Amino acid sequence: MNSIGLLIEFNDGRVKEANFGMATAARGENRNLVALVADGPAEDAQAVLEAYGVARIVNIRSGNRSWDPARQAAAVAAAMQKLEIDSLIGLTSPSGRELLPRIAARLGAPLIMDCIDIDLEAHRVRTSQYSGKTIATIALTGSHFIYGMRANVVPALKEPAEAEIIDFSFDGYQDTGYEVIETRTDGSGAHYLAEADIIISGGRGLKRAENFKLLFDCARHMNASVGASRVAVDNGWVPYAMQVGQTGVKVNPKVYMAVGISGSVQHFAGMKTARMIIAINTDENAAIMANCDYFAVGDLFEILPELEKALAAAKRSKEVA
Amino acid sequence: MKRVCCGRPVFFVKPESGMNRKIMNIYVCVKHVPDSAATITVEGGTGINEKITFLLNPYDEHAVTEAARIKTGLPDAEVVAVCLGKPTAETTLRAAMAMGADRGILIETDRPQDSIFTALALAAAIQSDGRPWIIFTGKESIDSEGMQTQFRLAENLSLPVATNVIKVDIDGDGVRVESEREAGTIDVIRMTAPCVIGAGKGLNTPNYPTFPDIVKSRKKPVRRIGLADLAIESPAAGMQIQELVPAVEQRTPRALTGSAADIAAQIVDILKNEAKVI
Ligand SMILES: Cc1cc2nc3c(=O)[nH]c(=O)nc-3n(C[C@H](O)[C@H](O)[C@H](O)COP(=O)(O)OP(=O)(O)OC[C@H]3O[C@@H](n4cnc5c(N)ncnc54)[C@H](O)[C@@H]3O)c2cc1C
Ligand SMILES: Nc1ncnc2c1ncn2[C@@H]1O[C@H](COP(=O)(O)O)[C@@H](O)[C@H]1O
Repeated sequence: MNSIGLLIEFNDGRVKEANFGMATAARGENRNLVALVADGPAEDAQAVLEAYGVARIVNIRSGNRSWDPARQAAAVAAAMQKLEIDSLIGLTSPSGRELLPRIAARLGAPLIMDCIDIDLEAHRVRTSQYSGKTIATIALTGSHFIYGMRANVVPALKEPAEAEIIDFSFDGYQDTGYEVIETRTDGSGAHYLAEADIIISGGRGLKRAENFKLLFDCARHMNASVGASRVAVDNGWVPYAMQVGQTGVKVNPKVYMAVGISGSVQHFAGMKTARMIIAINTDENAAIMANCDYFAVGDLFEILPELEKALAAAKRSKEVA
Repeated sequence: MKRVCCGRPVFFVKPESGMNRKIMNIYVCVKHVPDSAATITVEGGTGINEKITFLLNPYDEHAVTEAARIKTGLPDAEVVAVCLGKPTAETTLRAAMAMGADRGILIETDRPQDSIFTALALAAAIQSDGRPWIIFTGKESIDSEGMQTQFRLAENLSLPVATNVIKVDIDGDGVRVESEREAGTIDVIRMTAPCVIGAGKGLNTPNYPTFPDIVKSRKKPVRRIGLADLAIESPAAGMQIQELVPAVEQRTPRALTGSAADIAAQIVDILKNEAKVI
């Protein structure tokens, strides 16, 4: 049996949805799925991890009182060595971007982030390069293999299993001159864009910061996240964390709605893998209109208020039903 | 000091920490990448046609700008731009020098290298050059999108590393940085120097060079190093591109028409019945 490690992430104490697609992608004949939970509620997660085929849960205690990616990565790498787990899959998420490269560096292991396809037998992956303009097939060689998966590329399918929990306490950490003094959150509780199923983004067409409220109002009724083009960010209308594109977040939602966004090459670099793209723009010749699934030629200031009403009504009728 | 990297022992001398800034350099790793607006054409199955505009990787612009800003408070420090690339990558080193680097090092290679090898070459070149105080990189390169060179470089040199850094303050014998982990979440990190810092976009507004800066940069020295001079043992682990294909776009746009209310109703219908997300 081949042990495949899954680096589990939590959101408000619950296993992140995107981890289930990851577990689904990792399953296969002669494979043993091992969930690695670093400083998290391993026992609470047992039932839900079992539902997706996990056979072992490693409850890793790195000695962290709070978030410290250097120490956590060292603990995960040590657990992989101790338990002879040679492949590890995690998400290309904010904490995945901190942990996976640190684990790979420690193990001297190859790592590909943002994989859209992983062949665990051949150690071969596919990922986009050159701002999404090409897809590369990359072969990994080494004694350990680390993969960062793009969220939502594989739909989650249940396959029940029974899992045992193993405790792993890590005490071999050496001070490396790195210390997280504090973590500040601005309280926005922003839903992390890269894992969102629906994103509605605004660009220059929104004209002012206040007008982003139109997008947030629609987003609320469909449980969507709000994104933006670089112009909206550079004008100070919304924070940089909301920027979608080559120099912003790369997203992979089921539906991407581009409102008042022209569809520059750099914006496309961040959202072209969306399953469906819907564009709203006054200019029928905007680049986005030629490279989407649905487009409406019209004024966003007229369409968004109507859309909010229609979404609110749809949500109410669903709640009643 | 001996450490094992990629299954083989490599020898590195850990730079002594201390505050003698006369010999403490700020290194900035800069990558030569295709302009994001250029048309990419696959050539030879695994590479691209390189007769397009290449630029300094956008995140590395923030790194060079920050290094130049820090240097203004430390008159004896030198800012050294380091690049592993083909001989044509000299233009990227010149761009870094026009933005404030004092000199450049070009580690010459005849083909693209993976991040494992790149980090070994950058570490070896920096160590053979002088004593690093801060090593800047970008948070990621826009061509290979590896998101890892800074971590491997730090590991090779046994140094602390922070990435997606949006603020740097000198703090005694180290630095205090702010790293943007996710939307609305910032980690405040203290690192002892020497250390590695991966620049994020929020760090600063790049110093776009003036014409005199460009003229001055032409006179700044660039040292060329061959890979053989660095005597890097070939790592046991690697990542190799087997195939590169253009990403296909196969969307057929369909128009939504009618009044604003009609359009809104159609969108809701699509979200519900076709995309099945609401
Ligand atoms: C190195 C580099 C990196 C970059 N990285 C990014 C990145 O990560 N993300 C990114 O987005 N950009 C990025 N850019 C910028 C990019 O090139 C474009 O400038 C930017 O995406 C344009 O933003 P926009 O579509 O909002 O604005 P515009 O291109 O000005 O488009 C605005 C659109 O709004 C429409 N509009 C106006 N009024 C209305 C209305 N009332 N109703 C409906 N539609 C309306 C207009 O018809 C137009 O199509 C980058 C550029 C460079 C050079
Ligand atoms: N060939 C290279 N030469 C110099 N610096 C590099 C090179 N490749 C990567 N880097 C640095 O490492 C950062 C991260 O790159 P990557 O891991 O490819 O995303 C870049 O922003 C550069 O600062």
